Amino acid sequence: MSFKITSSPHNRISRSTSEIMLLVVVACIPGIVVQAMLFGYGVLVQLLLAIATAWLAEAMVMRLRNKAALIRLKDNSALLTAVLLAIAIPPYAPWWLIVIGTLFAIVIVKQLYGGLGNNLFNPAMAAYVMLLIAYPLQMTQWLPSVSLQPESLNLFDAVCAVFTQYSCSGFSISQLQTGIDGVSMATPLDTIRTDLAAGKTLTESLQQPIFYGIAGAGWLWVNLAYLAGGLALIKLRVIGWRIPVAVLGSLFAISLLSWLAAADTNPSPLLQLFSGATMLAAFFIATDPVSASTTNKGRIVYGVFIGLMIFIIRKYGGYPDGVAFAVLLANMAVPLIDYYTRPRTYGHKAKGAGK
Amino acid sequence: MPSLYQQIQAGKLWDFHGGVHPPTRKAQTAQKPIAVLPLPDRLYIPLRQHIGVAGNVLVSIGQRVLKGQALTSADNSMAVPVHAPTSGTIVTVGDHTSAHPSALPENTITLAPDGLDEWREQYPLNLATSDNSSLLERIQLSGIAGMGGAGFPAHLKAGLTQPVDYLIINAVECEPYISADDALIQEGAITIVKGIDILCKLLSPKAVLIGIEDDKPAASAALKAACSQREHYYVRDLPTKYPSGGEKQLIQLLTNKEVPAGRRPIDIGIVMLNVGTAFAIAQAVLDDHPLLSRVVTVTGETLSQPQNVLALIGTPVSDLLNFCGYQHKQPYKVIMGGPMMGFTLPDLTVPITKTTNCILAPSKHELPPAAEEQDCIRCSACADVCPASLLPQQLLWYSKAKDPVKLDEYNLFDCIECGACAYVCPSEIPLVQYYRVAKAEIREQQRESVKAEQAKARFEARNARLEREKQQRMARNQRLAQAREQAQQTGSNSNAVAEALARIKAKQTEQNSVPADREQVLAERAAKKQQARAYQAEKAASEPHAESEPAPVAQDEARQEQPAADEPASAKSAAVAAAIARAKARKAAQLQAEQQDKVVEAEQTKQPEATEPASEQATTDPRKAAIAAAIARAKAKKQADSEKP
Repeated sequence: MSFKITSSPHNRISRSTSEIMLLVVVACIPGIVVQAMLFGYGVLVQLLLAIATAWLAEAMVMRLRNKAALIRLKDNSALLTAVLLAIAIPPYAPWWLIVIGTLFAIVIVKQLYGGLGNNLFNPAMAAYVMLLIAYPLQMTQWLPSVSLQPESLNLFDAVCAVFTQYSCSGFSISQLQTGIDGVSMATPLDTIRTDLAAGKTLTESLQQPIFYGIAGAGWLWVNLAYLAGGLALIKLRVIGWRIPVAVLGSLFAISLLSWLAAADTNPSPLLQLFSGATMLAAFFIATDPVSASTTNKGRIVYGVFIGLMIFIIRKYGGYPDGVAFAVLLANMAVPLIDYYTRPRTYGHKAKGAGK
Repeated sequence: MPSLYQQIQAGKLWDFHGGVHPPTRKAQTAQKPIAVLPLPDRLYIPLRQHIGVAGNVLVSIGQRVLKGQALTSADNSMAVPVHAPTSGTIVTVGDHTSAHPSALPENTITLAPDGLDEWREQYPLNLATSDNSSLLERIQLSGIAGMGGAGFPAHLKAGLTQPVDYLIINAVECEPYISADDALIQEGAITIVKGIDILCKLLSPKAVLIGIEDDKPAASAALKAACSQREHYYVRDLPTKYPSGGEKQLIQLLTNKEVPAGRRPIDIGIVMLNVGTAFAIAQAVLDDHPLLSRVVTVTGETLSQPQNVLALIGTPVSDLLNFCGYQHKQPYKVIMGGPMMGFTLPDLTVPITKTTNCILAPSKHELPPAAEEQDCIRCSACADVCPASLLPQQLLWYSKAKDPVKLDEYNLFDCIECGACAYVCPSEIPLVQYYRVAKAEIREQQRESVKAEQAKARFEARNARLEREKQQRMARNQRLAQAREQAQQTGSNSNAVAEALARIKAKQTEQNSVPADREQVLAERAAKKQQARAYQAEKAASEPHAESEPAPVAQDEARQEQPAADEPASAKSAAVAAAIARAKARKAAQLQAEQQDKVVEAEQTKQPEATEPASEQATTDPRKAAIAAAIARAKAKKQADSEKP
């Protein structure tokens, strides 16, 4: 008769890492649905491509590292990375773009650093930035929302567009990008930046049809959907409240100040919060546990830093949205933030209190 | 702003960082009466069931002992005795699987009960007329060690002389499943309060705070009723949260104070004892009933009748399980202690000790085995629940990296191993196990480095001594050489002849005057004896500190001083020379005698000769003399044998 010898504790909470990752993916679904409805089905094609690539890449690297592939695939972290990257890139970007991006995210950003838990940078955002720098044209081909598209694309069109860059009826992506009025349209944030650079006032810029609604046609709804998913994650205690609140709070505060100071050249706080990838970043990207700060105080610092960087990059930077860069910059600062925000251990004096 | 004491009096409670809420599962056992276990066939009583040193065994194999009779002595303040839990015969004294996570064999007395349960004589003390020292002695001799799990000798806590603000009685019992204290309080609250009275007499605290979790309403009510006549005894219901019962956590909950790192609660005026210990103290003092048994929760889904039992110390776990209807298809796990901090047993012969509060035999479904460890995703759920406000994920990282400097910086040694971090870890990383290994490695390294330091100190001391001796030798040689030179320069030829004559004369008189020589030898011997005694005393003085590091060095120094002291008074060398001369003379005499009559008498003549030096030396060193005599005898015999034909 032999008994099993194990180390205490002998009981555990039932939620596992793979469940946490899966819950985050599930919380993305409202946003994905809204995105597919308002910006076309391209995002679904991108998702499938990204997930397939991510799984293959993860399994391949695990094989190379002589580790069991299945248990790593089951942790769902590759799945989550793929999903986040797929929803971040333009829905009708060419197929090889997402494949290259996902491979980069999984193989280089994650596995070359030692795999899950060891990567310094958020894999999805690092891949996004890599794509943005390497393929700026393809990465800015955001189509206007469906209501503004001259041709409506069905699911088959989406597949054709992603793989051939032409819809089944033969329209090229750049043709599709051109609005009803014959003017090529970028994202709302991009439009504002271009217009302000051209000397227009914000009010003039907002006259354009793309700004139908509070934050640009369609974008408000996408952001609301991610907000809902994010709140659900907080409610389920999958993510903490500190990082999202710090990101949104700091972005709101600084854009409010700038808007009050010069409303003509600064978008309103609401537009900042509900346009671009703000909500996605605050709830789904900045909260990635691996690359975020791990102390409670540190999370606030980390979130505020991201919020401020989003504002600065949007206002002064050369790219349509600042989220990816902001997150990567904050990732770099994490070891430092963590080091200086360590909590006071029981029975020890606070740092700086002297001995 | 009310003072801390006023706040405590008003019933204010504080909180500690983190904590978890595992399912408590106490209902199966808490409401049932405590069952008394039938007498087992054998009792296995480990000599050391507390923190400290084991006492010396007082009994021999085959001896009959009475219930309550001490089996070991308590001749050291860190020792508490163990007692015969019932009358019976000592079967063996030897190794038995220990009630320790390592399960290493441990010196254990095996007792075969005779079923009579016959008591030794008992001498109850009267609290009003006993002084503190007799109370403390009674507590120590009754073998009482902290019954909450740590097993710290109770007389050391009760005998603290520093001023005590708060005496905290720990009735929290925050580990899931365990209800031993709960049941004990429900049935023995009055005795517990008597025990607290004794502690108050010894420690005279400002107030007594009794902490109990709010999932034990019956026990809490019983305590409150028992305390109703006492002033400054406060029963405090704490919200159920693990690990509220940790010493540091309970202090924080009740007083908002923190024990500074590396210090003890008494340093902030607090003494904490477990409620079971208070009960045992009352029994020991008022009934002269030493610690012979304790309440143990026997629970888990593999048992048909989970319940609390009163088990004799030394009862094998199998007896408890069988009594409670243990049934299993295939053995899974048996845990001593609770699911959070308990350890698994390798077999069921492990005995109940003074610190065993629970035997948990779960089913696989109940406490499933841990899945394969996954990668840490740095979610820091562990940091959120850590009651010591540590950063467990950083500690894991540095434990894996074996980085003692960083581990120290992140306060690894403040980890109380409560298991909350591993409980919440989504990647199922056995964090506590990593910390235990890291701690053990660091301790080992520290031991090694201390050893290395000692070796270095010894080596350097030895080198210094050799150098010093060399210098002394050279100085002496130089001195003698100078003297010789001087003598040669001053002396003339005629003088040299006269001197040579004088030397010869002196030698002749020396040889003739044996009695004088003998006296001189005796005087030398006395001086030598004194020296040896002084050396022994010095050595004895340095030996008790053998554990502390300077000991070997001190010994070395003592040794170094020896030759230095000898040097000027060269009594030793004179004695040696004399001895050699004697031996030579004897040998010559012997040779002569042998030549005169080679025959059988040889043995007879040698006998007194051989014994003579022995009797001489007997005063200095009887053992050496005996050996010398034996050798001489043997030689004589050999010689006689060889000369026979």
